Amino acid sequence: MAGLKDATAIVGIGQTAFAKHLPEDERTLACRAVLAALDDAGISPDEVDALASYTMEETDEVELAKAVGFGDLTFFSKVGYGGGGSCATVAHLAAAIATGQATVGVAWRSRKRGSGPRPWKNTAVQLPTPAQWTRPFGLLRPVDEIALLARRYLHEYGATRDHLFNVALACRNRANQNPAAIMYDRPLTREMYMTARWISEPLCLFDNCLETDGALACVIVSSERARDCRRAPVYVHSAAQGLPAQHHGMVNYWNDDPLTGPAWTAARHLWKHADFTPQDVDVAQIYDAFTPLIPLSLEGYGFCARGEGGAFTEGGALEIGGRLPLNTGGGGLSEAYVHGFNLINEGVKQLRGTSTAQVPGASTCLVTAGEGVPTSALLLRT
Amino acid sequence: MLEPLVDTDGAPFWQYAAQGELRVQTCADCGEPRFPPRPCCPHCQSFASEWRPVSGRGRIWSYVVPHPPLLPDYAERAPYNVILVELADAPRIRLVGNLVREAGAPLDSLDPDRVRVGARVQVVFDPATGLPQWILERS
Repeated sequence: MAGLKDATAIVGIGQTAFAKHLPEDERTLACRAVLAALDDAGISPDEVDALASYTMEETDEVELAKAVGFGDLTFFSKVGYGGGGSCATVAHLAAAIATGQATVGVAWRSRKRGSGPRPWKNTAVQLPTPAQWTRPFGLLRPVDEIALLARRYLHEYGATRDHLFNVALACRNRANQNPAAIMYDRPLTREMYMTARWISEPLCLFDNCLETDGALACVIVSSERARDCRRAPVYVHSAAQGLPAQHHGMVNYWNDDPLTGPAWTAARHLWKHADFTPQDVDVAQIYDAFTPLIPLSLEGYGFCARGEGGAFTEGGALEIGGRLPLNTGGGGLSEAYVHGFNLINEGVKQLRGTSTAQVPGASTCLVTAGEGVPTSALLLRT
Repeated sequence: MLEPLVDTDGAPFWQYAAQGELRVQTCADCGEPRFPPRPCCPHCQSFASEWRPVSGRGRIWSYVVPHPPLLPDYAERAPYNVILVELADAPRIRLVGNLVREAGAPLDSLDPDRVRVGARVQVVFDPATGLPQWILERS
C-alpha cells in the first residue's frame, strides 16, 4: 500500500492580520486568507477542487467557492471537536489527493473569537461537553475543565506552576520576535506570571490562550505537482487523528486514566507511519489553548515519559536552541488563537526557512491539534 | 444558577437525586457501572440497564477554584470550589460537584483553602434544588 507518506505537500500558506477586533466579517477574512494562500502557491482559484475545514467554521463551502471563484469541487470535508480538527483538515486533503479524489486542496479557518461571542456563555445548549454533569456546579468554561486535569497532573507528578510558566514564556518569547503576533511588543516576566490574576486555580491569565480575530489557509497538492510550484514543498510525511477508547472530550474524567488522552492515540499512528522518531524532530508546534496541554502532549507524542512533561520544560528546553523549540510564531498563547491553524502555517514557515524565529536547518516539524479533545497531528518535512 | 439540561439517558440520575438517592447506571447483564449514562454497555453491548445505589462516599480526585469572567450567578459567588469526586464504589466514576459546609449551603460556603486532593467526602442533597452536594467526611 502506497499510503500517505510524502505523497502530498503544502505549497501555499496565507493569513490575515491578527487582532482583538478586525472590522471585516468572518466570510471576508476567510476569502482573504484563502486567496493569499493560493497566491503564495502560484495556483489559480479555479484549479481548486477540494476543501477541508472545521465543523465550527461558519463560512461554508458554497459561500467560499462562489466568492473566490473555485472550480468544480469533488471533495469537501469538515472535522469536529473544535481545535482538535486543525491538523485533520490537512490530513483529509492529503488522503483525498493521494487517492486521486482531488488535485488541489485548500484548508482554512476564519474566526472572530476576539470580538465575537464566547461559546461557553451560551446556556441554552449542551455544548460539546455533556453539560448537565458539569455546568450546574460552576464548571462553566473550557479553562475550568482543563484546570481540573491540570491540578491532578501537578499533584500526581510533582510538576509546578514554574513548568507552566516555562511554556507561557517560550511562546511569548517567540511572539516577541514575530511582528504579526498579538503579543509582539509585550514581554512576559516570571513576576508577571506569578502575580497574575487567577482564571481557574491552578491556572492564571497567562495559562490561557488569546482571544483573536483572524483567518488562515493553506494549499495542498500532490508531491509531483509540488515540484512545479512557486515555493519549496513542505511534505506531509505522516498524519493521524486520535479518539481513544472511552474518551470524554475535555471532561475526560470517567475512565481509568484521565491524564492520558487523544495525543497518545494519534501519536501511535503518526510514528508508526514515519521514517523518523521524536528525537529527530527539529521544531514542534503544539496546540496551546492552555499551558498544561504542552506537558501532556510532550508525553503523548513521545518526547518524554509519563509524568516527565513538566520537567522536560526546564533549562530552556522549549526555547530556540533548546531540546525542542516550541510554537515558534508564538502559538495560541501569544501569536493568535485561531483554533491552531497558525501552528500549521508556522510549521510550514520553519521548513521553508522563513520563520521570524527560525530554527537553523529545521527539516522536520511536528504540528498538533488540540489535546483534551478528539485530536489530530502532522509530521512535516522538507 | 444553571439547572441540569437533562437528556433521556441522564434523567433517572436527577430523579433519584431529587429523592435524596445517589444512583449510577449499571449494566443489567454484566453488572459494569457506567457514567455518563448512555444507551448501551460498552463492555457487553447490552441495552438492559438498572440504576444501582452507591454509598455516596468518595475522595476528591481534583478541584478548581474559578474566578471571573463567569456567568453572572456564578461570578457573584466566586471564588468558589468545584471538586471531582472519585466514588468509593466505582473508582472510574468521578462526579463533578461542590464541597459545601452543609446540605443546602451555597458553593462558596467553604474556604477554598480547606479543599484537598485525596480528602474523603460524603454526598448530601440540596433540599432546594435536589442536586447532589458534598461535605467533608467526619473522621
